[in-house]
Amino acid sequence: MQMTGAKIIVETLIEQGIDTIFGYPGGSVLNIYDELFKASDRIKHYLTCHEQGASHAADAYSRVSGKPGVVIATSGPGATNLVTGIANAYLDSSPIVAITGNVAQALIGKDSFQEVYIAGVTMPITKHNYIVKDIGKLADTIREAISIATTGRPGPVLIDVPKDIQLAKCDFVPKAAPAPKGPGKVSDEAVEDAIELINNSKRPFIYAGGGVVISEASKELLDFAERVDAPIGLSMMGLSAIPASHPRNLGMTGMHGKFAASKAMSESDLIIAIGTRFSDRATGSKLEFTKGKRFIHIDIDPAEIGKNIPAYVSVIGNVKDVLTRLNTLLPSFERPEWHREVAEIKESPENNGDVPSDHLTPRALIKEVRKHMPEDGVVATDVGQHQMWVSLYYSFTAPRTFITSGGLGTMGFGMGAAIGSCIGRGRKKTVLFTGDGSFHMNLNELATAVTNNLPLVIVVMNNGVLGMVRQWQTLFFDKRYSNTTLNRKTDFVKLAEAFGATGYRISCADDLSSVMKKAFETEGPVLVDAVIGCDEKVLPMIPPGGTINDIILEG
Amino acid sequence: MDTKFILSILVNNEAGVLTRVASLFSRRGFNIDSLSVGETESSKVSRITISAKGDDYVKEQIVKQLMKLHDVITVELMDLENTVMRELLLVKVASERGELNEIMQAMSIFRAKVIDLSPGSVTLELTGQGSKIDAFIEFLIPYGITELCRTGITAIGRGDYILKNNLKEND
Repeated sequence: MQMTGAKIIVETLIEQGIDTIFGYPGGSVLNIYDELFKASDRIKHYLTCHEQGASHAADAYSRVSGKPGVVIATSGPGATNLVTGIANAYLDSSPIVAITGNVAQALIGKDSFQEVYIAGVTMPITKHNYIVKDIGKLADTIREAISIATTGRPGPVLIDVPKDIQLAKCDFVPKAAPAPKGPGKVSDEAVEDAIELINNSKRPFIYAGGGVVISEASKELLDFAERVDAPIGLSMMGLSAIPASHPRNLGMTGMHGKFAASKAMSESDLIIAIGTRFSDRATGSKLEFTKGKRFIHIDIDPAEIGKNIPAYVSVIGNVKDVLTRLNTLLPSFERPEWHREVAEIKESPENNGDVPSDHLTPRALIKEVRKHMPEDGVVATDVGQHQMWVSLYYSFTAPRTFITSGGLGTMGFGMGAAIGSCIGRGRKKTVLFTGDGSFHMNLNELATAVTNNLPLVIVVMNNGVLGMVRQWQTLFFDKRYSNTTLNRKTDFVKLAEAFGATGYRISCADDLSSVMKKAFETEGPVLVDAVIGCDEKVLPMIPPGGTINDIILEG
Repeated sequence: MDTKFILSILVNNEAGVLTRVASLFSRRGFNIDSLSVGETESSKVSRITISAKGDDYVKEQIVKQLMKLHDVITVELMDLENTVMRELLLVKVASERGELNEIMQAMSIFRAKVIDLSPGSVTLELTGQGSKIDAFIEFLIPYGITELCRTGITAIGRGDYILKNNLKEND
């Protein structure tokens, strides 16, 4: 059947099982939007206020649902506004497909109106990208893009479609969505080597990351930990992989990790890293981090092996496949001494230093929100202190419930992410924790939440400063607070109301439970302006390049 | 320790592939000494030869990162003992009449060719290993090199060994 390129784009997306997309129209994608209008009963488009919000929404949508997130933007500024979102998805291995319109091929290279070489701009932040120059290849390009985004280590793919390709006509032959891939090959030799190292270890430590969440290997991870008889520390991206309350779970490791996780990690003789890439925020001083330890590195991406930490043994493959394989071959170990040592670390005062306070503390705020959320309820964050507090205190229970910007650390991620999360979870109650700094970056998307009447609870931890940077200035810059004291007069309650949302304020600890109760009973988007002190710190903290011995426990 | 290495890369002959490969080097902070590219026996496949310096970490990372590019078919870190490497030099020398004889003598030793001659200058062509080309350039410097270009190294394995035996998995 003959179709225009614009129609082929929409039909191919539907054919591949895409029923939700995010985006913003413009001159170079008018024809695609015309087809979206006609197909609106089969594919739902969410209009955001800014393309960046759409890109974060698509990213979060894919993280909560496991399906690819699709975002559409027009040429030029529309496309460049996606760049932060694409980079964010790239650093956190999120499968998004970005479709951009471009000027007609005859106008390309002439600095035409709203012309940007977006394929060149996004080359280093995509798994792959395309400029479609032949209408005959359009449908297969979209199919291939979805496949590249979602297979192996997931990541973003961009397809740039010049306007004349959208107008050209071609036969469209539907193809079935590809069957899910079976388990991949895992090297026998590598598995044997890994088992030998586990066998020889006295104090093994499992360090699990986002790969466990992506490959849905939570059960396999816990089975593995039982067999090896090892504690588990998680990277921030791995936080929702296993329940926070699980006895083997020591919590987050790294710069702002739990004392017990970092301490047990440093005491171990074997680190079994699973679906994680040893970010500098997770390791601190590499030299000290690796001293006296062996490493088994399990990851789907061969390039991660040895990139940041030299691995003694590596097993390449989907984390779920590798763990399943190991679990069938591993005997059950018992390491009572190590067990006791870890239990002592866990019970130590350093790991349990949170003192009750009369003030409204971030911890109390987070614990209160937690009470209102079901186990599978999704929490999104922005970037900064509030993000670390949520990582430390929220007690995640189910995978794909913590949506945060890990690798890129994108302030402004939160609003788009909360919208995408909520939509990806069938409009269930979703929480966004943000700070007054991050929220100011992309608060425009409050309008999107209101338009779609999304049940978002937005908790703004409002301390009037850029808290994370201020914390560094306090600790390392002799309290010279350069450009981190905001002095803004924004009234977040009025702001919420102006956007058509509901706004509440919590100014003291006494109001916490009653206001939070009201907020969770409110329909549609609700903002809670939670006023906290400007010198609340994220602790513990291992200073950059430091070790567990440098840990700061008290502010 | 940094050592010289040669990478042979087979890529899909698509627009932008060279940029993807070259930009990967700069993004990861690795330098390229020379790069040459051309079509292979199949018009759908191009071969890129890159000469660079680095330690084992750099070599391993660059091979793995290149393998991740969708348009890369195969990457081979060439075994320098079993690889024939060649480079082409074109060089223009402003020569006086008397000097031409001396240059001609050197040319026969280096097996270079004259490809153009004019009253004030001579243009020479030389193919060989990098070290031979360096030596020839060194010899010519006193005569006054006015223009010089070299292609960068291209390389091929000795014997029966062919690169596509080493195709990327899963493709």
